[in-house]
Amino acid sequence: MVDIRHSTGEPIGAAEVEDVELYHPHSWWTRYVFSQDAKIIAVQYASTAIAIGMVALVLSWLMRLQLGFPGAFAFIDAERYYQFITMHGMIMVIYLLTALFLGGFGNYLIPLMLGARDMVFPYANMLSYWLYLLAVLVLVASFFAPGGPTGAGWTLYPPQAVLSGTPGGKDWGIILMLSSLILFIIGFTMGGLNYVVTVLQGRTRGMTLMRMPLTVWGIFTATVMALLAFPALFVACVMMLFDRVLGTSFFMPAIVEMGEQLQHGGGSPILFQHLFWFFGHPEVYIVALPAFGIVSDLISTHARKNIFGYRMMVWAIVIIGALSFIVWAHHMYVSGMNPYFGFFFATTTLIIAVPTAIKVYNWVLTLWRGDIHLTLPMLFALAFIVTFVNGGLTGLFLGNVVVDVPLSDTMFVVAHFHMVMGVAPILVIFGAIYHWYPKITGRMLNEVMGQIHFWVTFVGAYLIFFPMHYLGLIGMPRRYYEMGETAFVPASAHTLNEFITIMALVVGAAQLLFLFNLIWSIRHGREAGGNPWRATTLEWQTPETPPRHGNWKELPVVYRWPYDYSVPGAAEDFIPQNQPGSAGHAPEGAS
Amino acid sequence: MSVETHSPVREPLHRPAGLAGFAADWASDQRTFKNVSWGKAMMWIFLLSDTFIFGCFLIAYMSARMSTAVPWPNPSEVFALHIGGSDVPLILIAIMTFVLITSSGTMAMAVNFGYRQDRRKTALLMVVTALFGATFVGMQAFEWTKLITEGVRPWGNPWGAAQFGSTFFMITGFHGTHVTIGVIFLLIIARKVWRGDFDTGRRGFFTSRKGQYEIVEITGLYWHFVDLVWVFIFAFFYLW
Repeated sequence: MVDIRHSTGEPIGAAEVEDVELYHPHSWWTRYVFSQDAKIIAVQYASTAIAIGMVALVLSWLMRLQLGFPGAFAFIDAERYYQFITMHGMIMVIYLLTALFLGGFGNYLIPLMLGARDMVFPYANMLSYWLYLLAVLVLVASFFAPGGPTGAGWTLYPPQAVLSGTPGGKDWGIILMLSSLILFIIGFTMGGLNYVVTVLQGRTRGMTLMRMPLTVWGIFTATVMALLAFPALFVACVMMLFDRVLGTSFFMPAIVEMGEQLQHGGGSPILFQHLFWFFGHPEVYIVALPAFGIVSDLISTHARKNIFGYRMMVWAIVIIGALSFIVWAHHMYVSGMNPYFGFFFATTTLIIAVPTAIKVYNWVLTLWRGDIHLTLPMLFALAFIVTFVNGGLTGLFLGNVVVDVPLSDTMFVVAHFHMVMGVAPILVIFGAIYHWYPKITGRMLNEVMGQIHFWVTFVGAYLIFFPMHYLGLIGMPRRYYEMGETAFVPASAHTLNEFITIMALVVGAAQLLFLFNLIWSIRHGREAGGNPWRATTLEWQTPETPPRHGNWKELPVVYRWPYDYSVPGAAEDFIPQNQPGSAGHAPEGAS
Repeated sequence: MSVETHSPVREPLHRPAGLAGFAADWASDQRTFKNVSWGKAMMWIFLLSDTFIFGCFLIAYMSARMSTAVPWPNPSEVFALHIGGSDVPLILIAIMTFVLITSSGTMAMAVNFGYRQDRRKTALLMVVTALFGATFVGMQAFEWTKLITEGVRPWGNPWGAAQFGSTFFMITGFHGTHVTIGVIFLLIIARKVWRGDFDTGRRGFFTSRKGQYEIVEITGLYWHFVDLVWVFIFAFFYLW
């Protein structure tokens, strides 16, 4: 007989699982640098992401300076301008937003919120960060390579990303960009497998799927999507690298450059667009879903009220995640496609509005008659809701083929995209940092600096991006180095551009204040204590703050869902998830 | 705050029947997939992700082949070997496929003996599997050499669409890399099995859970996946 050993009967295992094998560091290097502790890795991810994000911020300033005051700065020539655009976009979308939400918040919050000691594969988790850092370094190296970074636009569309005579394809830039993306994807896969397996298999006793905080649901779904969407980008990068380096013609049609027939022929630039957007559209929700989840928790905690419609919120996250894989071609309406395809993709795009609207309604209904504390995290959460609705509404314009085609290459798209995917998730990142900073460092961030940061950022972002909608509607094209004399662009539009540029400088400066606050408060912030927000989720119930390696002395046991706020009859207005007893126990997943 | 310590004995949960019970099992605490270790869950999810990579490669290849304006080289002729005075179409590919599928068989046997904790047979069968894998890669290298001497390059070939060479080298190269990594991994694990690391619980990667030969099965999952992918490459690239 074959002796295949399966444990029998009782599916409830011990709270401590035998798989757990934590590496205990012995030196400063293994404790803080080559650390396998998810919390340290999270801080490493976040610091690197913020650092490279500052580069992207400066690039956006330079771009705006050119648009607001064309020709005033001699060093910004057309080629540099395109390099700035490309690097700003790629850094913000991939190296900042994706890395910070999944690598940063994912690493920090998943084990703590689920009552795990660490991620399931700490070593792979560590490698994930170092590969990410390598990817960032390769990206930064392209600034110093011959010819500078690629100027292909963040979508890297061929053929111009491959041709040697364009800002996109010349010299080293595109090669370094593609290599960096490939490294990022390999690194992310190592981390992503960790996040998914930890959520699926690494929870503590009592932590059922429907008792997970929505933050974890958002990060989990986004990670699954990333594991399925990044392969398309990986394949696209490999093929484009071959086109550029080996002279293959995957994406290159027969083409004449500088009056010379090139060796390429028979490839399809549209194929690249499909591969890119099969990654690119899920990517929007890879960033948005963690933001959705975090905002749900911020609102519930700071309004002292249970989240409205928890079960619906979970399903909305999952459905948005699934739908986002069948909408990608709405980025390609202007590339030309069979009208039936356009109809299909427009329909699926607009259907996404339904689960998204459910989420917005539920946030608002959570606030309804809540005990709203206007703390900094709450302010950012409220700002997110408003901004997200704004950006979402213009999405309805662009999701329709006939409306999208005239608007597609104008500033309207820039405005829409930055509202919904730029400003909105970044507001959540700020809110989340203000919310969890006390747990990470043991001290609160400075309130005065935080208030200035919030109001300048929130109002400033609107002053930047609202006028852009108008510019788009009068037909001002995007990605143009300078407008020159054009009949359809009135002089007032140029004034508006100057105004936007000045606001961009101001908002950017506010981020420097935030950065200063982050560093200053490590030493000078007010002592926070273990649970300053009086929150229910497990990360606030750790024995030490900041939590030590391994998180818990004894693993916590979970008795309730994460939203027991203001329960009638309870002694306090919050009941931690690991507090036993039936007082105010809400039925699992009750809405 | 006082945390109630749990007694090891627990009331059996009330379990609804049918679909609701299925959902309740999945959504219950600690583990979604009961009796599935972390390593095995990770491998399954990784393979799902890898499926999307190969899927994208194959779809890209198919779209290139369907939209090409110049003729696509005939695989039966290109991949024929001249044996005994006549061209035998696809003979090398047939042998390669046979070798790889055989290696899946020996891998399955290794997993079986692993669960019997038969150290020597497990290690031996893993080495045999690795040898089959190395044979496969060797024959692939032969095939590449043959095509390269006939003038096939990533950017062109004597018979038609340039995408033939580029997709061929890219897809078989990517698959061959997978096989090579599998061979290396098999040899590493076989060495650990042979040395008895899984019985002694010796410190190191994947070995700390005493008496567990599960890593053999996880390696097997990867190996079978690589084999399965080859079947699709065989069907779509060579038989089309």
